[in-house]
Parts: sequence; structure tokens; C-alpha cells
Amino acid sequence: MTTTIESTESETLRIGDAAVFEQRQQQFGMAGDWFAALQIENWKRYLELPRPTRVSEKWRFANIRFLDELENFCVAPLRAVDEPSLLERSERLSKVSGRLTFVDDNLAAPRTMSPELESKGVIFATLVDALARYPDLVKKHFMKHSPDLGSDKYEALHVALLRNGVFVYVPKGVVVEDPFIVNYWNQADDVAIFPHTTVVCEDDAKVTVLEFQESLNPDAAGLVIANAHMIAGDRAQPTHDIVQNWNRKTLSFQLNTNTVGAETNARGLIINLGSRQARQEVHGRILGSNSNVEMYSLNVPRGEQEFDQRTLQTHVAPKSRSDLLYKNALSDDTRTIFSGLIIVEPDAQQTDAYQKNNNLMLSESAEANSLPGLEIGANDVKCSHGATSGRIDESELFYFLARGIPKHKAQELMVFGFF
Amino acid sequence: MSELVIKNLNVSIGDRPILKDFSLTIPKGEVHALMGPNGTGKSTLAKALSGHEDYEITSGEVLLDGENIVGMEADGISRSGLFMAFQYPSEIPGVTIANFIRAALTARLEEGQNFSAPAYYKELYQHMDELKIDRSFTSRAVNEGFSGGEKKRCEILQMAMLKPKYAVMDETDSGLDIDALRIVAEGVNRMRGPDLGVLVITHYQRLLDYIVPDKVHVMWDGRIVKTGGPELARELESRGYDWVKEELAEPVA
Repeated sequence: MTTTIESTESETLRIGDAAVFEQRQQQFGMAGDWFAALQIENWKRYLELPRPTRVSEKWRFANIRFLDELENFCVAPLRAVDEPSLLERSERLSKVSGRLTFVDDNLAAPRTMSPELESKGVIFATLVDALARYPDLVKKHFMKHSPDLGSDKYEALHVALLRNGVFVYVPKGVVVEDPFIVNYWNQADDVAIFPHTTVVCEDDAKVTVLEFQESLNPDAAGLVIANAHMIAGDRAQPTHDIVQNWNRKTLSFQLNTNTVGAETNARGLIINLGSRQARQEVHGRILGSNSNVEMYSLNVPRGEQEFDQRTLQTHVAPKSRSDLLYKNALSDDTRTIFSGLIIVEPDAQQTDAYQKNNNLMLSESAEANSLPGLEIGANDVKCSHGATSGRIDESELFYFLARGIPKHKAQELMVFGFF
Repeated sequence: MSELVIKNLNVSIGDRPILKDFSLTIPKGEVHALMGPNGTGKSTLAKALSGHEDYEITSGEVLLDGENIVGMEADGISRSGLFMAFQYPSEIPGVTIANFIRAALTARLEEGQNFSAPAYYKELYQHMDELKIDRSFTSRAVNEGFSGGEKKRCEILQMAMLKPKYAVMDETDSGLDIDALRIVAEGVNRMRGPDLGVLVITHYQRLLDYIVPDKVHVMWDGRIVKTGGPELARELESRGYDWVKEELAEPVA
């Protein structure tokens, strides 16, 4: 077995190779016995869990053939990034609290971070650094929650093979005004990456994390199994927004949980533009009273993209509110699946829970599937769920044309109008 | 060449012929009025000229400064310089007036030309002030929740911004009170000049008191049956359309 971390093409193993996990551990083993044990456990779990099938309710309507391709992807090698525009393209905003940029799971630029926030105890670090410097904190929060929405096998694969990511920690009462920017890029052909973002926002703290997922190479086929977990205390105000714009050859998973305490205002937004096929699972868990959790997703599939989205809103404590809105504008031969469930546990009286999926059909051959659901164990709650599906009004479209605005531009404006 | 020539235009909706060898020439610089009772094909003419695909042009030509626009897509016709002020303008939720007009102007830019936002807003506000449209309307969705008068003023605003060579105004006076009618008419009169030809389609003479036409045409059963000066509109107002029908019937009898 090689001991150097200079990896070459011939040494790069595929997910389906028996030796892949051991090689990965040797090359990228991260600090902490508990972490190594967790990875070993998850690798076993990955191998043991069955591949989802067509009849699985949590994969209903999904085109699951892509799951057969996953084991053909290689794990990302360690190598230098050759892309001069990377830093510029990763800047995003001028006023930020810090930036972290990865290419194929390699840290691709030095971390930037506000020294002032550092002095207040705010952590904005790579997962590798965080494991080395704050092992107890990471251990307390890392992978404590799961979406439970059907991708357990791929969540296990994520934990087993991940080798970096981002750990954000905002201590009690600290307000981070400017956003943290996280960039995950993929680049090499045939490679799988495992982006991971954990955001911990303690009591009375506030933070915004903006995560950008993009491809440097438009033609490289990639696999992305990303996780994002938000853990918020009481009276906290965390926001985590994700823009998914992988190239059209990439298969992607986004497996998220948002766990909040009492009197908290939390928002998670995911914008989906890219990927050949994107599976998204988001579980909002409200453990405290008088909280407000917003779960939003804006989706603009084009060509033959399929966006498959599953959500759970679990109300454990009384008097909280959750608001879920998923909007899809479907063009061409695209497919979307929205399956959402609101669970109100028996103690969660006076819950306000909303779930809405709106679809704008821009093409006759696009297909939107909507499966809203409620499971209410308390008797004094306000819950509503619904789905709408509409086409572009022909007379509206004509009005655009009659002003000289070409059809594609008219559709673009109407899609913006829909959002 | 500087004229809008409609030559032997035949238009059907489904299998039903509506316009029958309709011919009309509007030289640039002139305002013509097209009058006639309901159901004679006035609005069909407007829709067909603007390229609406529900209106099938079975034969004939429409030459805009010599260029035949029959068969062109609606957006191309508009960019060629023909503007249609609609009787019932569509409401476009989610798209602001400022962005809508901006998109229409951007679509007219030639390669290498840049759009100047400050100049755009300056001109937009100037026209809005003239048309007594509150400036806050720039951020409102196009026609959404507008009153009848606001919608028609918004049509004139678009016309002023797009600076067409020819404009067809389809029943612009319908649903307008007298104040709104005056504002709309003043807006059109400001644009009158050697570079614009206008066809005002109307059922009533009222609008023509404010937009005084150079010529008045009377339409009946899909074609023009009578042409005269502004006095013809007043005659129609006092005698009604039955008089035209009777006059038409005479030669047959």
C-alpha cells in the first residue's frame, strides 16, 4: 500500500472497489478515533443497506436507474487545482465574514475569516481543522440528525468517504452580520465528492451561510453526495442558503437537516439549477416552542433534468410554526417530484404548519409530481398543504410578443415573475 | 414607401372568413380612423396585423414601409415598427412595468449597442408624468389590478417608449371616463408627427373629438365601404350605422 498522498490515475479506486475504503482511510484519515470508528461503521452500513427499489415509497415516481451508476465513480484524488479564474469566481460577495473554497474535496484557497469574529469564539473552519482543534465540539454535533427520507445508504457513504467539509460554530449571543461563503466545486471527470457543511448556531446567536455548488468543467461527469446540517439553539437566527448549479452531467444528492430549539427563526433555502439528476432531502425538526422555521426551494429544471425532492417537517414542541414552499418552473422534458410530510407529534399543540408546492409548466412534455401529506397527532393545530400546477397563459405570452419581446425572453421574465 | 399598405387581406378564424379583401393605406404622418358596428371585423384586423396565430391570413399583403409582415412572428412584427394598443391589455403578474418595457427596448438593440438605465428611467418618468401615471407604477406588475383607464394609459406609455412607425389603437376609448379619454388622446397627439402613422379603431365618434383624424373609414362585413374626412364620423354619430347599411343595400336593390 502506498504511503504517499500523491495519488495517480491508476491508484484511484472506484466506490465499487472493495479496497476503496481502506485506501481512503490510509490517505485521508482524519483526527480522532471516534471519527475513524464512525467512518468504519458507516462504510459497513453502506455495504449492508439495500439499494432503494422502485416500490420503496420514499422513492416513488423517481427514476432510480442512476443509482446503478454510483459505484463507478472514483473517489477524488489529492491534486493541485489548475483554474486561474477560481478565486475570482469564488468571491461571490465583497462584504463577507469569511470564505472557504474546495475543488474536488481539496481545500483550494487559503481560508479567509474575520479576525474580530475569531476573537469572539466564532469557528469557521474546514472539517479537518475543526476535528483537530475542537474535537469535542465536532463530536457533539457531527451527524447527530438524519433526514430519514430514503437515502440512508448514501448518507452512510457520505460519512464513510468524506474527507473534508465545513464546520461553522457561533457561540451564545454572538451575531455574525455578514455571510460566510462556502464554495464547493467539482472538476475532474468520473469523480465523486462529499461536501459537508455543519452549522451550529447557539442560543441568541445569528449567522448566515451561503453555499455555492458548481462545476469548473462543464463536461466532467461527477457524483456529489452533499450533507448540510443546521443546529440552532434558543432565540437563534441561522440562515443556510444553497445554490446547486453542478454541470448537466453530475448526479447529486443533498441531504439536509435543520434542528431548532425555542423562539428561533431559521431559514433554509435551496436553489436548484444544475445536475443531470438531483435528489434532495430536507428534514426540519422543531424541538422548542414559538419557533419559526422556513424551508424553501426554487427549482428551474431544463432539458432532461430530474429534481426529486422529499421533505419532512416534524413538530415536537407546541406553538411553533413551519413554512415550506417549493416552487418549480419546468421546461422541456424535465421531471420534478415533490413529496412532503408534516408530522405533528401529540404534544405539539397549537402548531402552525404550512406546506406548498407550486409548479409552473413551461412545456407540454414536462412532468411535475406532487405528494403532499399530513400526519397529525395533536388536536389543536393549524396545518395546510397543497400543490398547484399551472401553464403559462397564452394571452400573457402574446402580450410579450406583441411588444417585440422574443418568446424565450418572455418565458424567462414569466419564470422570474412566478418566483 | 413610407406607408403602411394593407392589400386585399383575407383573414379567417377557424373556417369563418372575417376580413374579405380588406385594403387600406396609411401614410406616415397621418391619423386614420376605422369605424363600424360590432362584428364587422375591426378587432380581427388589429389581431391579424399584430401576428396573432389564432387569426389566419389566407391571402393578401401588409407592407410596412415596403416590407411584407404577413407570416412574421408577432415579436418580429413589433420590432419592425408596428405597435398595437390593445382593447383588453393582459395582466402580467410578477413582471414590473419598468422591466417589461426595458425588455421590449432591449430586444430592439442592435449588436454592440448598450442599454442606458439612467437615460431609460429619465425618459420613462417624463412620459409617466405627462400621462399622469404615478411614478410608483414602475414597480407594479404590468396591468395587474389596474383600472380600465390605468391600463389604457399604460398602453400609451409603452407606445411612447417604443416609438413605433405605425400604431393601431384598438377601441382605446372603451371603458374610459372623460378625463382618462382626454389624457390618452393628449398622449397620442403628442406623438403625432411626420414619423408616425396611426390607425384608430373605434366604435364611437367621441374619441375622434380629441384625436382628430385625417381620414375616416367605415367598415362593414369585413371590408371598407366608405371613406371621408372627420365630418364622416360626426355623420355616423348622428345618423347611426343603419344609414351605411341602407346606402350599401341600394346598389343591390
